[in-house]
Amino acid sequence: METARGMRLRLLGTCPVRFIRLVLSCSLASLTVHLFPLRENLIVDGIFLQQLINGLTLGSVYGLIAIGYTMVYGIIGMINFAHGDVYMVSAYLAAIGIALLSFFGFESFPFIIFGTLLFTIAVTGMYGYAIERIAYKPLRNSTRLAPLISAIGMSLILQNYVQISQGARQQGIPTMLDGALRFHIGEGFVQLTYTKLFIIVASIAGMLILTYIIKYTRLGRMCRATQQDRKMAQILGINTDRVISYVFVIGAAMAALAGVLITLNYGTFDFNAGFIIGIKAFTAAVLGGIGSLPGAMLGGIILGVAEAQFSGLVNSDFKDVFAFSLLVTIMIFRPQGLLGKPQVAKV
Amino acid sequence: MTALLEFQNVDVFYGPIQALRNVSLSINEGETVSLIGANGAGKSTLLMSIFGQPRAAQGNILYQGQDITRKTAHFVASNGIAQAPEGRHVFPDMSVEENLLMGTIPIGTKWVDEDMQRMFDLFPRLKERRNQRAMTMSGGEQQMLAIARALMSRPKLLLLDEPSLGLAPIVVKHIFQILRELAQSGMTIFLVEQNANHALKLSDRAYVMVTGEIRMTGTGQELLADPQVQEAYLGGH
Repeated sequence: METARGMRLRLLGTCPVRFIRLVLSCSLASLTVHLFPLRENLIVDGIFLQQLINGLTLGSVYGLIAIGYTMVYGIIGMINFAHGDVYMVSAYLAAIGIALLSFFGFESFPFIIFGTLLFTIAVTGMYGYAIERIAYKPLRNSTRLAPLISAIGMSLILQNYVQISQGARQQGIPTMLDGALRFHIGEGFVQLTYTKLFIIVASIAGMLILTYIIKYTRLGRMCRATQQDRKMAQILGINTDRVISYVFVIGAAMAALAGVLITLNYGTFDFNAGFIIGIKAFTAAVLGGIGSLPGAMLGGIILGVAEAQFSGLVNSDFKDVFAFSLLVTIMIFRPQGLLGKPQVAKV
Repeated sequence: MTALLEFQNVDVFYGPIQALRNVSLSINEGETVSLIGANGAGKSTLLMSIFGQPRAAQGNILYQGQDITRKTAHFVASNGIAQAPEGRHVFPDMSVEENLLMGTIPIGTKWVDEDMQRMFDLFPRLKERRNQRAMTMSGGEQQMLAIARALMSRPKLLLLDEPSLGLAPIVVKHIFQILRELAQSGMTIFLVEQNANHALKLSDRAYVMVTGEIRMTGTGQELLADPQVQEAYLGGH
């Protein structure tokens, strides 16, 4: 017969991981509540709704960038640390595109934005292709750590290259799309600017197009096959090196879309802009389950909305702390991410 | 008859370990040839070396008279060699139909409807499960899918690596029945098996491999009657 104490000890002894999880999450939760008491009556004057709009905007952009991380991880199992900087380059390209089109006298917003999108996506795609070719492909059969270090190097190269060629000052573009939809709620109002509406619509369109490509086209099937079993894909006649290049181009194209959209919204950027947003998008990818495409989109939106709600309702200085705490908490309870599949060791 | 595939004195290494020693064999058009041998003899290595994984260190591999020793795997696959590999390697997260579509990469989707119908006639179980994900199917169904996927590329040479591995005897029987039909239809088949009895009965010719070397060769009937083969691979006496 076991005593109650003995049993308790045995329980603690057999699952220390569960115990540590419990302690960690309790302390995290209590810390959050202690540090940041809620403001009063916020929901009434519409901050919640306003922050929901802001969060969706931010989150859909995080999702777009997270797609690049998650697809590259899925197919070659590495974290492309240069991806945030690819986004940064695309922000510059967007500004250049807008400047060029305006210079040649085009004035209509749809034309300028469409032209800029095409230009930015094409050139950023080339960046994605070139980066993979130069920094990762030669290391394909080396240790897993080598391309990771090479990625960090690529990230530094891109930042310094842009700093030298474009200057260290913050750059900006004028507001392209004025006006907003306003909804009155109680004494306050909620504002959805046309820019934000455009961002949400364009992101969703981008994600839908990508999902269609991956799910229903030959290229998409080749990507999935390479992801699921690279050696078998080769035996079936797929040039997996080329598929990997395509994946980098697709990731870069999604980052380019994000770059154009964020530049439209905030108007400013500098050579360092890729760092924090890259880390956030990476967090979103991990949150959703790295390697999973819908996971990246969902993770981006959850992260964006959570961050916006926290800064609106609690404290905007600590929004990054909250975002990363969210990541830690989810990692503790669901290490594979929200939609990720648990890694099963093959024997 | 011309040799469709020919190994000329091929050596293959895994690091310092030599997996194939001076292997020479040939497969003629329309033939069913099998390679039998114990676990670890190098049979699968031999099949994979056709795709350069691992690459032969010495010797040549000729396909239709062309040297393919140093070609990439996708080049070899695009030129009419298809393999149903050991352990099946179906794409776990894809449906049966999508897996079959992956087989059409070398030839495009021109004949896809016709070919898929043909596969469903050959393996009615796959038709029942056409929208099911491959990972949820039984071993026998996955094996059928792997063979059907290989056939979708209309190969000139079909390589089969241990199609009986880990399957119930009745399923093995069914799969060999289908292989016999394929062989009779004129398909060139190169079969690697531990299940020597089934393999030898099916084959026109066969090779016996022991620790990376070809030790014996002959027609299927000859080897079935050979006392040494009976002793070592057919359960003796």
